[in-house]
Amino acid sequence: MKCSEFLHELTNYLDGVLDERTKAELENHLSWCHNCYVVCDTTKKTIEIYRDSQLYELPEDLRARLRSAIMTKCQQQKKRGPQSV
Amino acid sequence: MGAIQNKLVGPVSDELALVRAAKQGDDSAFEELVRRYDRNVFRIAQHITQNREDAEDVVQEAFLKAYGNLAKFQEQSKFYTWLVRIAVNEALMKLRRRRPERTVSLDEEIKTEDDSLPREIADWSPNPEQQYTQAELREILSKTIQGLPPGFRTVFVLRDVEGLSTEETAAALELSVPAVKSRLLRARLQLRERLGRYFQKRESGDGTQ
Repeated sequence: MKCSEFLHELTNYLDGVLDERTKAELENHLSWCHNCYVVCDTTKKTIEIYRDSQLYELPEDLRARLRSAIMTKCQQQKKRGPQSV
Repeated sequence: MGAIQNKLVGPVSDELALVRAAKQGDDSAFEELVRRYDRNVFRIAQHITQNREDAEDVVQEAFLKAYGNLAKFQEQSKFYTWLVRIAVNEALMKLRRRRPERTVSLDEEIKTEDDSLPREIADWSPNPEQQYTQAELREILSKTIQGLPPGFRTVFVLRDVEGLSTEETAAALELSVPAVKSRLLRARLQLRERLGRYFQKRESGDGTQ
């Protein structure tokens, strides 16, 4: 397996959706190709850092305000009767 | 190295029951759906629009649209996937309004394959995120993802931050599964490369820039 082929399958590998044979080929490549190992490892870290980052969390007070505004508007919409929105 | 574990969006077992109750006019059931997904919609909206006020508007407009169109929801997909599709469209509309000079589309020109090939291979320091304070890290992550084209960051956010499956992401964005996979790979590699500027192992120095 060449590095370009490894890269092509990287997303499937990280998502755990490869068949056993392809997965074994990739892991064999990883065992000797340091560059691909680093790319794979740091890509995995990238995903984990973003997933765990709690970037853009909705503060509870704003959340309550938004929810109340949404429900008020929904009720107004209901009173006006069905219409295309 | 194993596969990434995605965080679950929440139990879906009673989602359909809530949707059906809401369709019958039970507003408390709809409110429960808002409670369940408002944070996800907000995150997605802010990632796409990169603007807090726009993201707040998108949350309101997306739920209001979902409410108004509930009768049309076919129940063939998950309610959440349908909601995300509405929210993504609202968010892209905001982005277009704010940046009329730039084309904002999920179908934007995809650059050649080589553009995403890693140029920088250097390894990162162990636990690189710990070199920074929470505030610094948030700034780095936010700045880095803003640099991606909207079509790439939207796919990344739905798949990797919100944990939608490839098929759900494709359905929410009206893209094919191969298109989602291709954008996801490029988004992941581009983010990795850009984050490397902050997280790379350094021969000397204190790790700050």
